[in-house]
Amino acid sequence: MRSTDVSVKHETWLWLGQRASALVLAVCVVVHLATVVLAVRGGLSAAEILGRTRGSFGWLAFYSIFVLAVAIHAPLGLRAIVREMTLWRGRSLDVATLATALSLAWLGWRAVGGLFS
Amino acid sequence: MSAQATLQVSVWRGGSEGRFVEYVVPRRPSQTVLDVVTWVQRHLDRTLSYRFACRVGMCGSCAMTVNGRPRWTCRTHVDKATRGGRLTVAPLRNFPVIKDLVCDMTEFFEKWTRAKGVFSPAASRSDDFALVPPSANDRAAADAAIECIGCGVCYAACDVVRWNADYLGPAALNRAWTLVNDVRDGAQAERLGAVAGDAGCHACHSQQGCREYCPKQLNPTASIAGLKRRVARAAIKGAL
Repeated sequence: MRSTDVSVKHETWLWLGQRASALVLAVCVVVHLATVVLAVRGGLSAAEILGRTRGSFGWLAFYSIFVLAVAIHAPLGLRAIVREMTLWRGRSLDVATLATALSLAWLGWRAVGGLFS
Repeated sequence: MSAQATLQVSVWRGGSEGRFVEYVVPRRPSQTVLDVVTWVQRHLDRTLSYRFACRVGMCGSCAMTVNGRPRWTCRTHVDKATRGGRLTVAPLRNFPVIKDLVCDMTEFFEKWTRAKGVFSPAASRSDDFALVPPSANDRAAADAAIECIGCGVCYAACDVVRWNADYLGPAALNRAWTLVNDVRDGAQAERLGAVAGDAGCHACHSQQGCREYCPKQLNPTASIAGLKRRVARAAIKGAL
């Protein structure tokens, strides 16, 4: 198998990952903003947010998926911008993309965990 | 007859390095931009180089940048293209300039080959005719993109071509899309592999400059979007 074949498959799957995560994000952002706008009654306070999210497996699942979609979508978008605007290519860029994804996932899930427990 | 008796024309002279030269050309009724360029060459400067053949919008050889827009000059009336009675004619953007208004189309057409824009028959001469009903979805999709005359206007209008030298470009990808929809073609897997990736359909930003300027009113952006769908489907099925 030629390296270009691998590259084409690799790029296609990354493209699919970004499009699929965009679909998830479209739903998550709408739900998140609707919650902010509609569910806030007694002012936007930490106590009200924690009252809604603590012990709620529904919100835990929702925001965990939200974070996963962000952790896939944002690094791939940044990777595409870097490839278009600079000469950075290859394995080091893929490693940097993966590191960005893992960082976003770790930070995001840590915050979600904090809201749940 | 236009009320204006003459037209002020700036024409690019030289190669990639050059300058605009001013000419005064008589106005004529129903005058096209190609008429103007031809008049300059025949009456004012015989060394002016430009390219044309059919003069009726079929051959795709006379495209130039007219007042900043890529256009087919044989079918562009001066009335439509002038701004303040002035006309600026330059070679197409995104192409190497050979001389004056003549571009080097080599890379443009090599990209058609790279995109596997050539029909690869699946049947032999002993097989019967393929029946392709005009109402079939694949046939309709191919029909919508098939009238490309290879003029290079879309390629000149595309910003992705400008910043990514490897990008196949709207014309080559549009051609590939017509063949992807050709049920008689036997090289679909190779073609989808050739048009995928960041030099292919996935590089397109869907800005639709190609669609805006295509003189045949084709929509290469839609063709490229179709390729993205087919490539994605092939990747999921493991056929890429």
